[in-house]
Amino acid sequence: MTELTKLTLAEARKGLKAKDFTSVELTRGYIEAIETANPSLNAYVAVTPEHALEMAKSSDMKLGAGQAGPLEGVPLGIKDLFATKGVHTQAASHILDGFKPEYESSVTANLWRDGAVMLGKLNMDEFAMGSSNETSYYGPVVNPWRAEGSNMNLVPGGSSGGSAAAVSAWLCAGATATDTGGSIRQPAALTGTVGIKPTYGRCSRWGTVAFASSLDQAGPIARTVEDAAILMTSMAGYDPKDSTSVDIDVPDFAAAVERGVKGLTIGVPREYRMDGMPDEIETLWSQGLAWLKAEGATIKDISLPHTKYALPAYYIVAPAEASSNLARYDGVKYGLRVTGKDITDLYELTRAAGFGREVKRRVMIGTYVLSAGYYDAYYVRAQKVRTLIKRDFELAFADGVDAILTPATPSAAFGVGDEDMNADPVKMYLNDIFTVTVNMAGLPGIAVPAGKDAKGLPLGLQLIGKPFDEETLFAAGRAIERSAAMDFSPSRWW
Amino acid sequence: MSVDAATVKRIGRLARIRIEESEVPAYQNELNAILGFVEQLGEVDITGVEPMTSVTPMALRQREDAVRDGGYPEKIVANAPLSEDDFFMVPKVVE
Repeated sequence: MTELTKLTLAEARKGLKAKDFTSVELTRGYIEAIETANPSLNAYVAVTPEHALEMAKSSDMKLGAGQAGPLEGVPLGIKDLFATKGVHTQAASHILDGFKPEYESSVTANLWRDGAVMLGKLNMDEFAMGSSNETSYYGPVVNPWRAEGSNMNLVPGGSSGGSAAAVSAWLCAGATATDTGGSIRQPAALTGTVGIKPTYGRCSRWGTVAFASSLDQAGPIARTVEDAAILMTSMAGYDPKDSTSVDIDVPDFAAAVERGVKGLTIGVPREYRMDGMPDEIETLWSQGLAWLKAEGATIKDISLPHTKYALPAYYIVAPAEASSNLARYDGVKYGLRVTGKDITDLYELTRAAGFGREVKRRVMIGTYVLSAGYYDAYYVRAQKVRTLIKRDFELAFADGVDAILTPATPSAAFGVGDEDMNADPVKMYLNDIFTVTVNMAGLPGIAVPAGKDAKGLPLGLQLIGKPFDEETLFAAGRAIERSAAMDFSPSRWW
Repeated sequence: MSVDAATVKRIGRLARIRIEESEVPAYQNELNAILGFVEQLGEVDITGVEPMTSVTPMALRQREDAVRDGGYPEKIVANAPLSEDDFFMVPKVVE
């Protein structure tokens, strides 16, 4: 039955409906695959087999009775950032030790409403802060991909590294993820999977552990563009419990996938052609443009002049919001507690022991830029720059551009414990150079696998869309997927 | 702008994160690397630009001021490291 795990989500859904196999069989296949692979890949931080089989049984009954939901019986992995009632929810942090929420996040509740089955919780960078999944308290996730002729462990990207690795290695049919500066799109690109960050406000943030509230958005990672569209349709939706959730209809995204790109205008921002960009990224980008042109799109050079300021502005805005959001972890209400001589001691010791190094660094930066005397120089200035970044995109869209094509990452996957990256936090931050602008402007962005580097590692392209026009991204993303016509399955070594 | 050792310790206190003396130089280097990186925002002409307050063009919704949920203190304290009679327990704050 292990072959069942290799089906796309769309195929699995079809097979379940046609009763070619049951959800219990499919779920068992995934549980066995996880048992075999997880010691090598470390993609899951908690596996919930009994819970999964119970949900699968209930789905089989609904499928039998003709009451199936859109995701009935489909087994998914859930990023550890989403609150799941009674199940491990720690944002891969030590400070949330033992935390089992009494409630369910809105996004996962939507998935269970539509019949999905939960296999367990997926590893991630601690509090979603990282681009390599190495900041997790539970240790790094290993990329299912290896360079040709090498047995060196590579990172899957981050922060949704567990989600990307699990989808790529057939350890779930699809996964939830979140994206604050590139945390869905960068790991998707590094693992040959598809990841979409929808427009800010499309998915409810309620019950998702907060990192930077004005940037955080949930989205899926999946094996195909169609699978991502199916998951997105279930995850999205207005939620009165999130004051920034937008009250707008959720289209059937899967219906847009085969729409094609004929008549669309695709923008090519000249500022994304960075100094020192590897040739293979440049070639991939030109190839992507040629594919879209061949399918009937018009290519247009555009300028987004404030692009280079997005990453520095992000490293003020995101840590500032994080320092505020993470103030709640104080050793009193939940999680880890280290006692001291008084209450201040308790706070300081608990947070010193409970937060990892990257999280502490960002909370400290955030605290500094918000502190008296620096607020205007740093935070207010960054928020003004953010207005300019968003305006760049608005002008391009007003000028007739329907979507923008860029590389997804500056390189393919790098090694676990890469010395250069670990020696300099800024070098690690540069991983998000192409993705972070999208979060700053609240726009939707999709990463689609489009080629491989000289060592056979997957590379992705990113499409950026107008607010709430994810449908165009699915259509154009599918055109790239179809044109690339490549197999993005890693060779199994685990 | 760059931070000195005293500032690192002060930020640690404000953030309620204990920074050991031996950790100060590393934090100082890392924070200065990040602050050096964000310095380039100084080049941008922000005259007359409004700071962003909402990325989506909508006013923050207000919900009805009504009790809609609650009445389960045992759930609220269920994850507390230390609780008694549905209260969170902390070290003595007032002598």
